[in-house]
Amino acid sequence: MIQRTIALFRKDMLLEWRQLHTFYGILLYVAATIFVIYLAMDSSPNANTWNSLFWVIQLFVCVNTVAKSFLQEGRGRMLYFHSITAPEEFILAKLLFNALLMLIMNIVSLGLFFLFLGNPVSDSFKFLAISMIGGISLSLVFTVMSAIASKAQHNAALIAILGFPVILPNLLLIMRLSKTAFAEIFDAGAVWQLTGLVLMMDVLVIVLSIILFPFLWKD
Amino acid sequence: MDVPRLFILNETIRNLYFHVCMWFAMMILFIVSLVYSIKYLRTGSIQQDISASQFAAVGVLMGLLGYITGAIWANYTWVTDQGQSLAAVLKEPKLIGAAIALLIYGAYFVLRGSFTDIDKRARVSAVYNIFAFSMLFPSIWIIPRLVGSLHPGSPGSDSGNPALNYNDIDSRLRLVFYPAIIGWTLLGVWIATLRIRLNQIADKELIK
Repeated sequence: MIQRTIALFRKDMLLEWRQLHTFYGILLYVAATIFVIYLAMDSSPNANTWNSLFWVIQLFVCVNTVAKSFLQEGRGRMLYFHSITAPEEFILAKLLFNALLMLIMNIVSLGLFFLFLGNPVSDSFKFLAISMIGGISLSLVFTVMSAIASKAQHNAALIAILGFPVILPNLLLIMRLSKTAFAEIFDAGAVWQLTGLVLMMDVLVIVLSIILFPFLWKD
Repeated sequence: MDVPRLFILNETIRNLYFHVCMWFAMMILFIVSLVYSIKYLRTGSIQQDISASQFAAVGVLMGLLGYITGAIWANYTWVTDQGQSLAAVLKEPKLIGAAIALLIYGAYFVLRGSFTDIDKRARVSAVYNIFAFSMLFPSIWIIPRLVGSLHPGSPGSDSGNPALNYNDIDSRLRLVFYPAIIGWTLLGVWIATLRIRLNQIADKELIK
């Protein structure tokens, strides 16, 4: 099972590699959005604004990055996958691939944020780690939403409608957690409690997607 | 009937009979909807899907009523009595949780509306219902316990329950409170069963 998951994961990587223009498209989207914010701001924003802007951008980048993961698979190709793999392997590969893609976008946009909007973060490595955890959570939830929305018509708009309320509690937790990197004082143990909570939510998403995806899969 | 007079709450404590009970009813109805969604995925019978969607719809109705009664109450206690601004009140963790719950079920109905195929609609929306419910409810139950708020029962309450401090509830309140939970829930169930029966008649040919 792990073998086949990895094979599917590699297939996604290969597809992405062969269609690098979509990848560059998303990179351009990230860069353009952050540049617009840079132009719209008179001076570099304070820590709070910086943090909220960063996560809002991450949210939209994630919708754009992950949304296409199920849309690009045509009907015929889905039937082919259906005949050669189990649904659990398929969704695991997708989750893994999207998490990786989101991590790359995360690092790129963090670099651009530092470049254009200054660096109000007091502990950059801590913020990097938190943003990676956050990026993975975002990508996991939106992968499942993409799988659900791909079954309906008008799916691109549907992903945002379905996903935003579901991701909100998670996003609030992550935004709160990322404030530790801005030297905000937390209660003893609260940081680990929040991190644990975010990771637990990730595990929950993965388990749920493994349980529920087989029902989406068969048509 | 007389009620205990607490600081700030005073007579508004009677809102316990409406607001709190409506939230209870909403949660119970959403749980019922979840159970029907799981049953649908197990059996594949459209009847379960109708029940799931109608219980969710009535849950949303209860949620809206709970929101309105909460807003009226907050207007007299937080906004006028304590001079809180509306923006601060809206950032209450419990209000955010409630708003997310209503948004999720709003999205559920949008999702249902975007299908033409009945079986597909039932299956995909059941999946979304289960997924969204399991993402939402841990956060509704956990997050308010992590952060402080204005809500009664919250700041430094020993009971650990964010919305309700059991030590504050007087037995005079309990006398109405517990039957009111049952009553509002049963009212919701009754409305839901009416709607389910209506739908069953409308889709008679589909259900064999």
